[in-house]
Amino acid sequence: MSIKLYYFIFILCISLAHTSYANVIYVGKGQRITTIKKALSVSYAGDTIIVKKGLYKEGNIIIDKAVCLLGEDRPVLDGELKYEVLSVKSDHVTISGFFIQNSGRGAMDDTGGIKVYDSRNVTIAGNELLNNYFGIYMQYTTHCIVKNNIIKASQKEENQSGNGIHCWKSDSLQIIGNKIEGHRDGIYFEFVTASVIWRNVAKYNLRYGLHFMFSHSNAYITNYFKSNGAGVAVMFTKKVVMMNNTFEENWGDAAYGVLFKELSDCYLSGNRFIRNTTGVFFDGSNRIIAERNLFQANGWGMRMQANCMDNTIRNNNFMGNTFDVATNGTLTLNHFSENFWDKYEGYDLNKDKIGDVPYHPLSLYAVIVEKNPPAMLLYRSFMIGLLDKSEKILPSLTPENFVDNKPRMGPYSL
Amino acid sequence: MTRILKYVAIDILKNKVVIAYAVMLALFSWSAFSLEDNAAKGVLTVLNIILLTVPLMSVLFATIYVYNSNEFIELLVSHPVKRSKIWKALFTGLALSMVAAYIVGAGIPLLIFADWDVALIMIAAGSLLSVIFVAVAFLSSIITRDKAKGIGISIMLWLYFALLFDGLVLFIFFQFSDYPVEKLVVMLSALSPVDLCRILILLRLDVSAMMGYTGAVFKNFFGTNTGLVLSFSLLLLWVLVPFYVSMRKFKKKDL
Amino acid sequence: MIEVKNISKRFGKLKALDHLDLQLQKGECIALIGPNGCGKTTLIKCILGMVLPDEGEIIFDGKNIRNDDGYRRHIGYMPQIGRYPENMTIGHVLDMIKGIRNDSSLLDEDLYHRFEIAGMLDKRMRTLSGGTTQKVSAILAFLFSPKVLILDEPTAGLDPVAAEILKEKIISAKNEGRLILITSHLLSELEDIVSQVIFMQEGKLILHKDVTELKFVTGQNSIARSIIHLLKSES
Repeated sequence: MSIKLYYFIFILCISLAHTSYANVIYVGKGQRITTIKKALSVSYAGDTIIVKKGLYKEGNIIIDKAVCLLGEDRPVLDGELKYEVLSVKSDHVTISGFFIQNSGRGAMDDTGGIKVYDSRNVTIAGNELLNNYFGIYMQYTTHCIVKNNIIKASQKEENQSGNGIHCWKSDSLQIIGNKIEGHRDGIYFEFVTASVIWRNVAKYNLRYGLHFMFSHSNAYITNYFKSNGAGVAVMFTKKVVMMNNTFEENWGDAAYGVLFKELSDCYLSGNRFIRNTTGVFFDGSNRIIAERNLFQANGWGMRMQANCMDNTIRNNNFMGNTFDVATNGTLTLNHFSENFWDKYEGYDLNKDKIGDVPYHPLSLYAVIVEKNPPAMLLYRSFMIGLLDKSEKILPSLTPENFVDNKPRMGPYSL
Repeated sequence: MTRILKYVAIDILKNKVVIAYAVMLALFSWSAFSLEDNAAKGVLTVLNIILLTVPLMSVLFATIYVYNSNEFIELLVSHPVKRSKIWKALFTGLALSMVAAYIVGAGIPLLIFADWDVALIMIAAGSLLSVIFVAVAFLSSIITRDKAKGIGISIMLWLYFALLFDGLVLFIFFQFSDYPVEKLVVMLSALSPVDLCRILILLRLDVSAMMGYTGAVFKNFFGTNTGLVLSFSLLLLWVLVPFYVSMRKFKKKDL
Repeated sequence: MIEVKNISKRFGKLKALDHLDLQLQKGECIALIGPNGCGKTTLIKCILGMVLPDEGEIIFDGKNIRNDDGYRRHIGYMPQIGRYPENMTIGHVLDMIKGIRNDSSLLDEDLYHRFEIAGMLDKRMRTLSGGTTQKVSAILAFLFSPKVLILDEPTAGLDPVAAEILKEKIISAKNEGRLILITSHLLSELEDIVSQVIFMQEGKLILHKDVTELKFVTGQNSIARSIIHLLKSES
């Protein structure tokens, strides 16, 4: 062995020792360091900064080292409605246990409670964010985790409020178990790919519970969206998987359980659409498979515009909807099969649990209301019942190929 | 008056037609709720009963009863009692009996099977419709002395309110589909008690659909507390106006 | 007691009463007779306030009856055909009418006992024969000892025994000084009851005379014959 090699090993050891024996820095009243900024300035990558209970008004705190920033007993970081509270500009940062409030309201630079810039492997977990403009803002990030945060705002106007979790041009994110209320959009994605959104709750947001565009190959699993101003709207995206989500009580003319606009190659399964004005609205969407979903007590269970093609709707339960499906055209290039329709009145002689006569889920009245919305007022009048019945017997106005040839006799247990 | 009312009510409640009516309502409602696996469909069956059967039975039975009571009314008039009291007692007796038959027949299953708010609004609507169509019957039976004509008028009125009116509104929708006719239609619907009741129930039953844009117009009108009070006062007007017109006529009628 | 002053009533084209004037005194038992459609029933109904005359007025005990219903407490009325609500019992009807009258004075239950109604109180009106229904009507007419009795074909449908009881009752009422107005087609029935005769035709009063005077003038010994004689002599 040469001397050079010894030197190399020696230096390696020193540097390893340095990382593996990282410092813990305490911040708080009565501590040697009383401000987070000071702690950050004296820390090295790999250090842990533990912030004690207290109110910290330090303006904009920039984290540009790979540190772990932990709050003990929920220290409060206040942006005084002027500053972005935490700006993360380094990889491998962890932020946890803080109460972050009152970020600035800059519409120009999209101020956030926590904003992550161009970083990888950042974890933001277990924080509470109150009355920030944007809650958690991720831009150009990869492999980041946003987990178990509670994000609330109480603005009344959409334009005074940012989004709860806002992600832009990111990849491989994990958004897990967050609760978002009162923001403009609960979760907002634009150009975000290969990410998973799991077990989040978004309710009472001013606009959308979930809103994404150009965000391909993401999975949305077991999320809960309730009573958001306009429900959930997702657009211009491919290869989305949505499973076991619940979309509930999104009421209003432009509110949807989910609005799919220009989506393709998506898979929906096990979702529950309950008491929405419209459960699912498909607009220009192709090759979507929707199976084993529940559509219950919606005004319109599913609206499928005539510009949709090759979608497969199978093995779903349609129960107690005012209208199960509606469409705006006469051409139907979609495939309905083996759904349970509670309005189905056919019979099953061979006892294979599949009705022997096909079911036309599109009622004449749904067609009339589509063209002439005020006619809704006449719904459930005897006249309309008569019209619907005669249409069922002799279809003339409803598209003939809008049909489920294998309607289920009983509901699936979903 | 209470004495007349009491015995008139007893007389009507013992009437076979009224008993059959209550039994029929009960039969339909119970079977609707127990045969269908979900209560919502049962509610729809009862809704159809409310909108068609209840008005028809009320108007027909009351008309026939008033004509059949002609001699009895004469006898009462020969006694020192105001005509208005006789008319009111007769009306109250009939209205109460029809409401009782409805509540016993359809109200009980509704309370058992349907959601409370839906059940209550349906019971209220059905009861009001019973009373309204008894009032309509009083009007049509005072218009003409001829029993057959009177019954004919009653059936025509029922036909108009239960069926034709909707067709008329639908026609207006299509004719004026290019114009914003929602407000007009809301006003129009006030002209038919059956439609008013249907919309009130619709706002409970199809709340999700009614939250859509056009639905919201109705919801904002009928669904608010003021709207509810307004609609019920309108329905009340539907009781009072026909009845008072008939009473004015009855006071001057030659028996 | 009752003054009918110049009353007229039209039903469409038909003149039911044509400027009719009448004076009815108490203590009289008056037979109101005339062919079908002569206006008898309309006259009775006018007096009872069921029909409102087009012109003229009716004075009862010195008071105009228009817009007043209190005077009817002094009238007992027995309709030609009593039809009662089917499912009311006799007891209900009696109780209801008592309730309307709300009279504290002693009730005249003479007919009630003599017709032996007490045992039938629970019977429904629908199940009663025409005769029994008439009995109920008669009881109601006499129940409150009214000053005026208006009886429309009172004995029609009654069995002979009941008819006899009713006649006796009418006579005793006359003797008590009440005014009794009877319409009937069977003049022989009225022979020994009535003290005056009113004959009407086409809404007009043809004659109003004491029975004795009538018989004397025509020289006949029964009312029926006197009337026929009179009509013949006129034509």
